[in-house]
Amino acid sequence: MKYDLVIVGGGPAGLAAAIAAKDNGIDSILIIERDRELGGILNQCIHNGFGLHTFKEELTGPEYASRFIAQVEERGIEYKLNTMVMDISNDKVVTAMNSTDGMFTVEAKAVVLAMGCRERSRGALNIPGYRPAGIFSAGTAQRLVNIEGYMPGRRVVILGSGDIGLIMARRMTLEGAKVLAVAELMPYSGGLKRNIVQCLNDFDIPLYLSHTVVDIQGKERVEGITIAEVGPDRKPIPGTEIHYDCDTLLLSCGLLPENELSKTAGVDLSPITSGPVVNDSLETNIPGVFACGNVLHVHDLVDFVSQEATNAGKNAAKYIKEGEVTSAKQIEILPVDGVRYTVPKYVRPEVMDDTLTVRFRVGQVFKGCAIATYFGDTLISKRKRPVMAPGEMEQVVLKKSQLAEYPDIENITIKIEEA
Amino acid sequence: METRELICIGCPMGCSLKVTLENGQVTEVTGNTCPNGDKYARKECTNPTRIVTSSVRVKGGKINMVSCKTKEDIPKGMIFDICKALENVVVPAPVAIGDVVLANVCDTGVDVVATKNVDVK
Repeated sequence: MKYDLVIVGGGPAGLAAAIAAKDNGIDSILIIERDRELGGILNQCIHNGFGLHTFKEELTGPEYASRFIAQVEERGIEYKLNTMVMDISNDKVVTAMNSTDGMFTVEAKAVVLAMGCRERSRGALNIPGYRPAGIFSAGTAQRLVNIEGYMPGRRVVILGSGDIGLIMARRMTLEGAKVLAVAELMPYSGGLKRNIVQCLNDFDIPLYLSHTVVDIQGKERVEGITIAEVGPDRKPIPGTEIHYDCDTLLLSCGLLPENELSKTAGVDLSPITSGPVVNDSLETNIPGVFACGNVLHVHDLVDFVSQEATNAGKNAAKYIKEGEVTSAKQIEILPVDGVRYTVPKYVRPEVMDDTLTVRFRVGQVFKGCAIATYFGDTLISKRKRPVMAPGEMEQVVLKKSQLAEYPDIENITIKIEEA
Repeated sequence: METRELICIGCPMGCSLKVTLENGQVTEVTGNTCPNGDKYARKECTNPTRIVTSSVRVKGGKINMVSCKTKEDIPKGMIFDICKALENVVVPAPVAIGDVVLANVCDTGVDVVATKNVDVK
């Protein structure tokens, strides 16, 4: 099988990339999706708040997905469901399998990586105690309640204050469960402020910052959870334990980009984001392999995933039509003083679009500070931000015209400074 | 005079709002970035409302559940009543986005509508 473009993953990133590639003149596109329907994680995110940027209205996850699925269908873009990609080679041969076609390979001129991310599991968190039934990732519980129609438990403690955990605190409460507490290891919440208000405060669910689970009781099924306060070293403080009788523990402790396929393909990954290192075209170190969405770095808002993926699709189309750009000078963006990383990491002023949105996260809570951008040693812009937190993505927009005025710079620096 | 501090839930920015009330009437809202913040603050202090989202069972569909929402926001105090009312609702497939799942839920004058398309099995 041969296609110009293979897109791995049919969630919000894959759908937007496919639509953009088609609209930029590529007709031979295949989306490969492992689930039984397109839309990815949006299908289980039945709450509202999606699409304010893209559609200027507040949609639920399935509604947001359906608008992109409809565009894919209208354009006649091909997709395979229930199909798992097993391997991507560095010369862009994609090996996949499903129960009707068996194992098959697709030769692609370009590949868009849009596999999304996974939740950090109990094993990755090193929580002591037995291994009884009743411990779920928040996303698994979300799928069980919203799509499969099962209740995972009745009395619930949640570890981690990521958005999915907060959303599930409300969802479980509305379905009749008692959510006893949300414990967060860090001194700040990992989720959006609006979710603290409408998912916890609305239902008087306590949020314990700087707390973690120190014991899980129960052999067959969870019977109780003990949490304790942690010090600045994130170690539990003896004597601060709080015990809850409960049958369920939900984990909402962060998301990890799912890059097993990228690794075997030889794609360079960032140790900070766990996602591919990309340039202004969202192209990885392998020419013709692009990445977008949560496989690239974990986003807060699907609107930004759609924007990013649209660029990836457009750039993949350009690569297919015009081939590889080899000569352009590449400048590194250096994240320092509170900026943890940037996506993209490299900019090529000669070939970039007129503007480039550089997204990043900060490493701690900053109040009354500013985001400063330097071209070499020259301060180019400084934007005040009253509050910045690791849970909320920040951005800087670089202009091609402005970069053209500084042809000799070696790098660009983005950092947090006093306002 | 009374002041209340709120966090706007209008969008993910989560602006910190300061509301001044006199005799239960909102006289001033500060801290908002856009008009939605002002609107939210006034409503939240006088008649707080929410959109309720849930999912209900589907009979004969490709999947067992269909997600749904109140078409407009409803009084915050009625969230649990609405969830209770949706507990035993079963809709036959096919379901299309916007189909009424439960009309005039709890006499609010607001319909609960589907937010997902579900085809027949």
